[in-house]
Amino acid sequence: MPKNGVFKTRLKNGLTVILREMHVAPVTTWWVWYRVGSRNEPTGLTGASHWVEHMMFKGTKKFPAGVLDKAVSRDGGLWNAMTWLDWTAYFETMPSDKIDLGLRLEADRMAHSLFPPKEVESERTVIISEREGHENEPMFQLSELVRKAAFTVHGYQHETLGDMADLRVMTRDNLYNHYRTYYAPNNAFAVAVGDFDAKQMLKRIKELYEPIPRGLPIKTFARPEPPQKGERRVTVEGDGETAYLEMVFHAPAAADSDFYPMVVLDSILAGASSFNMFGGGTSNKSSRLYKALVLTELAAGVGGGLVASIDPYLYSIVATVRKGRALEEVERALNAEIERAIDEPITEAELAKAIKQAKAMFAFSAESVTNLGFWYGFAEILDSYEWFENYIDRLSAVTIDDVSRVAKKVLGKGNRTVGWYQPR
Amino acid sequence: MVKSAIAKRRPTSAAARRNPKSETRNRQSAIALDTSSFPGPDDITRVVLPNGIIVLARENFSSPAVVFEGSLLVGGLDEPKAKAGLARFTAACLMRGNERRAFAEIYETIESIGARLTINGGTHTSGFGGKSLAEDLDLMLSLAADALRRPTFPPEHVEKLRGEIMTGLAIRAHDTGAMASLAFDELLYPDHPYAVSDEGYPETIAAITRDELMNFHKTFFAPKGMIITIVGAVKAQEAVALVEKHFGDWAASRPERSPLPPAPRIPEVRRRFVPIPGKSQCDLMIGCVGPQRSDADFLEARLVNNIFGVFGMYGRLGDVVREKHGLAYYAFSQITGGLGPGPWQIVAGVNPKNVELAMELIVKEMKRLIAAKVTAAELADNKSYFIGRLPLQLETNEGVAGMIESMELYGLGLDYLRRYPAMISKITRERAQAAAANYLDPERYAMAVAGPEH
Repeated sequence: MPKNGVFKTRLKNGLTVILREMHVAPVTTWWVWYRVGSRNEPTGLTGASHWVEHMMFKGTKKFPAGVLDKAVSRDGGLWNAMTWLDWTAYFETMPSDKIDLGLRLEADRMAHSLFPPKEVESERTVIISEREGHENEPMFQLSELVRKAAFTVHGYQHETLGDMADLRVMTRDNLYNHYRTYYAPNNAFAVAVGDFDAKQMLKRIKELYEPIPRGLPIKTFARPEPPQKGERRVTVEGDGETAYLEMVFHAPAAADSDFYPMVVLDSILAGASSFNMFGGGTSNKSSRLYKALVLTELAAGVGGGLVASIDPYLYSIVATVRKGRALEEVERALNAEIERAIDEPITEAELAKAIKQAKAMFAFSAESVTNLGFWYGFAEILDSYEWFENYIDRLSAVTIDDVSRVAKKVLGKGNRTVGWYQPR
Repeated sequence: MVKSAIAKRRPTSAAARRNPKSETRNRQSAIALDTSSFPGPDDITRVVLPNGIIVLARENFSSPAVVFEGSLLVGGLDEPKAKAGLARFTAACLMRGNERRAFAEIYETIESIGARLTINGGTHTSGFGGKSLAEDLDLMLSLAADALRRPTFPPEHVEKLRGEIMTGLAIRAHDTGAMASLAFDELLYPDHPYAVSDEGYPETIAAITRDELMNFHKTFFAPKGMIITIVGAVKAQEAVALVEKHFGDWAASRPERSPLPPAPRIPEVRRRFVPIPGKSQCDLMIGCVGPQRSDADFLEARLVNNIFGVFGMYGRLGDVVREKHGLAYYAFSQITGGLGPGPWQIVAGVNPKNVELAMELIVKEMKRLIAAKVTAAELADNKSYFIGRLPLQLETNEGVAGMIESMELYGLGLDYLRRYPAMISKITRERAQAAAANYLDPERYAMAVAGPEH
């Protein structure tokens, strides 16, 4: 039975299916999510999940390379894929009468991607180029190093793109093995949101996906990060004239009840987060950190980021040092705000504002089926699709005391890593 | 969770980064689609206020949200070269305080309701836009009107902004993409306003005074030619009435803008290298003066550009540069023209040692695009894409507002979307080739590279 319009079931081969009808526009989105991301990659294979994602665009027998993308484009579709810490996801958003192509395509490449050796080699240089493009950005360099310092054990320690050393030597067999291990219906789930009839959709999904054999049981790759004992500091010296400061703290996982007070705290410190797929939302000029760092002319910009993840990840604050100011000054001002967040309770007004912001942005999220498909899937990876549906209720239940307690737990000096990007 | 300030923490994706966004904006229609559901004269309300403001509204009650998008006829074209950056600096000041609210109150008001309000200076026009719950539209429009009509340019905020802009320019000086683009514009548009950066330069930004900012606002910000499009859970008549309430008594006027000088083709290949040591990758930009929106072959140019560097994974360029040679993560082509003839440009990010090869391949593809007609299959696929894409583009309030705004700004007519499939269907291989040849010239182009020595 659908609950709040959402229907969830599991096929015989273990594939979970989540369906939500939405008849606002003649558009449907189809997502297939795999429970594999950069966290699953041991040393030597960093970047494998992302590279496999690229290889999934290199064709199957049925849809040879170059045919897939043209087929989707021809029908006016939008498609892409994403690799992140805990997951890899693929989607097609199409005019509803064309979505069958997306269903067929994802069913086919769940099991039949070819990984032609020549294509693996050609993609190696494309991915190296992708990484080099990121390396051009000082913030990428800093963030990569900060993350490596913050995690000593957990697979969250490396960039999703992978280390250059591994990108140079990983083989086709490594990648294909990664694919065969993790791309199986019992390690995946699918989400459809849009203008369709759920019964018919489920019937079609069964036709296409149930014949795909279940894979071997998958052992979760988890190396829990031990508690941090003391502040860590790293420095990158690089090109440019601009200095950057990044401060990260080990933060609660998405399914942890402390995650919600952390969302409120982030909202108060650095501004509210958006429910638009990747960005948008409101500005952060009334946030505490903007006032303390930017209005005081120490920084040219500041932002905060809380990542919803399966295991505890990082809460990060990033500031761009204003021309003519020093990293020390910015860090001092940031420390004062962190201490204030630990020592003083937030106000009722701040709490109410954070909740109202979240409510408005949650309402905006329902406009695009692609966006909803993302959120249902993202929530399912973290916990259950209901995580998304209950988000506002859980957030609304947060108290001032909760926020104080979580601020003390998370923002302590011993739990943080501080990174400086210093122009040479 | 998802916050734009932390770009680096976004998931990594196969193709999302640096997509040729501007190219995908105005496509639409489907041979098999029922175009009557697209925005058109029967469901877009259009009212011209006595002071010249054009108000467009379309209702959508499927979610409690509303968006508005607007533009004013003021931009970089109105500033002297020695004051490059003045229009954008002015636009940035508008949200910093006005006769009714100080900076802190402005943003406390907007952010407390989870809304967004932005004003951005451009070359031909300046844009503004907002998003909120429908119940807050009145408040949002009053904030927008105060910003556009009654800014006070608080001295301390002018200086705060100046510092932020200067920091931004220092970052730009080490950004390979931005520096390649600046050099490219200078090569392609000699003695033309397009050669000048809207963002300005450290020396011009440093020299702009508060009086000049105030004066620029007083002289050029005016209602005539302003367009505002409102889409969402508000009755169209109510939306119009709210615009009238907040902007109806705006009586300012601005001097006529002199016509944009012509942008002739450059007579030879012009190359420039901007050294930025310490980087891993070079950005390169190659191209010619492209069409403006009002040119008769604009749609043909767009279509052939799509074949050249957009369709599937970056079109023919992607096939050659990315797929066959594995040289670049992104290599695409885009037409940027609107009110004026912006460049038709090819952009790629490549390892320094591959710069020459990538350029050779790109120029070779440019030659091929002109020498031979596109194939019938390519034409059919791309027509289908242009037409089939429309439902997706019109899915959100932002998408609809952007489309209506463009139809008005470029004088396309409110029935444009309904006519569009037929216009696309009529494009032939010959006309596509002619459009490519009309703008792209493999013997006369500008090419800029920024990054480490190669």
